[in-house]
Amino acid sequence: MLKKRIIPCLDIKDGRVVKGVNFVGLRDAGDPVESAKEYNDLGADELVFLDITATTEKRKTLAQLVEKVAAQVFIPLTVGGGIRTVKDMQFILRAGADKVSVNSAAVKNPKLVHQGALKFGSQCIVGAVDAAKRESGAGWEIFIHGGSKETGIDLIEWVKELEELGAGEILLTSINSDGTKDGFDLEMLKAVTAAVNIPVIASGGAGSIQHFVDVFKETGADAALAASIFHFGEIAIRDVKTELEKAEIPVRIEDKKG
Amino acid sequence: MIAIIDYGAGNLNSIQKALEFVGEETVILEKAEQKDLDKYSGLVLPGVGAFPGAMKRLKQGNFVNFIEKFVATGKPFLGVCLGMQLLFEWGFEDQKTAGLGLLKGNIVRMETEYKIPHMGWNQLQIIKNDPLFNGLPENSHFYFVHSYLLGELTDDVLATVGYGTTVPAVVRKDNVIGFQFHPEKSGDNGIKLLENFRELL
Repeated sequence: MLKKRIIPCLDIKDGRVVKGVNFVGLRDAGDPVESAKEYNDLGADELVFLDITATTEKRKTLAQLVEKVAAQVFIPLTVGGGIRTVKDMQFILRAGADKVSVNSAAVKNPKLVHQGALKFGSQCIVGAVDAAKRESGAGWEIFIHGGSKETGIDLIEWVKELEELGAGEILLTSINSDGTKDGFDLEMLKAVTAAVNIPVIASGGAGSIQHFVDVFKETGADAALAASIFHFGEIAIRDVKTELEKAEIPVRIEDKKG
Repeated sequence: MIAIIDYGAGNLNSIQKALEFVGEETVILEKAEQKDLDKYSGLVLPGVGAFPGAMKRLKQGNFVNFIEKFVATGKPFLGVCLGMQLLFEWGFEDQKTAGLGLLKGNIVRMETEYKIPHMGWNQLQIIKNDPLFNGLPENSHFYFVHSYLLGELTDDVLATVGYGTTVPAVVRKDNVIGFQFHPEKSGDNGIKLLENFRELL
């Protein structure tokens, strides 16, 4: 049985983790390598690094960082933020990332997803999507540029197109839920997981352990992503997984030997 | 020193880093040089990509003969993911393609009620014990990404996982070993397995 994944997301700026990571015993909370190791030990199933500087001159710093993490942490690593070309993808994958996520650039140039999937395989390409409910209440619309620019493009149409273009996964962030800590956007997730056959990562709104139980019970999501609640130690990944297991949702909990 | 075969099909960085992490020196081989065969204590065939293209590139790099000679020395040869699939007789991805034929069996499209590819963490069921599994906790998780699999449970299958079908996950015949999952992406369990592989060198 395949396990539902719990994925912490780290925002990276100029090669450092921002928004603070607050684990006990970390020598340097801003060091992505330290944070990644800690998350691995705590039972994270994958890691997402989101580069919020995302300028060309900072791209090298990011690649160096990915290289360092990949030499010491052996779980899947997705890197996103400002990836605009196949060359950008190659640069980050060569450095040791397993997947790259594309958001605004895919909307502006859908061919990018197709080209990336052809060159590196669909399993390497994550289609990241930010969406919000239409004011009319009829469905959802996607936004680009960190959720600041509306596009008029329908969410369901777009995720179907991403799948067709060769994306191997959808990372779906609900703008309505993001930052609220009121729970994942179950309605949006239900609609998207019903529309595509590729794995969907739920993002935006996690505020309690129950929210993770709800998202897996109520929707077809394959993974759930959260940032700040894990960083600040408000919720421990282990506790999330223990509760999920009690709710009969398959998760990866290793039996420690000895 | 372990040699990693580069046939242009994917990211060798992760497997190389993981082998270095367990204390092994590595070298990437872009071309087969028969004269260097004695230099390596182990050989690794990684793999991301499709079966036909991978076999074509192995042939172009003169690797097929090189691999046969290496296996004949009795030193360990490990195939990972697509690299494991290439160990078998025939592959049916896109078109029927002859594999390396080191192990008996064919690689076919996965048939399951679940999403394809089989992507994520799944729990290993050990069928036959082997020194490779030393020190691994029961029902250890490993990270999988694949759409094709070994279509039958041959005598060489040591462990499987369930995904609406039985997925052969570890195969071994003497010094020829295959992992369908990515040990280099399977956290502490993957590292343990690579350490055990290193013990065979």
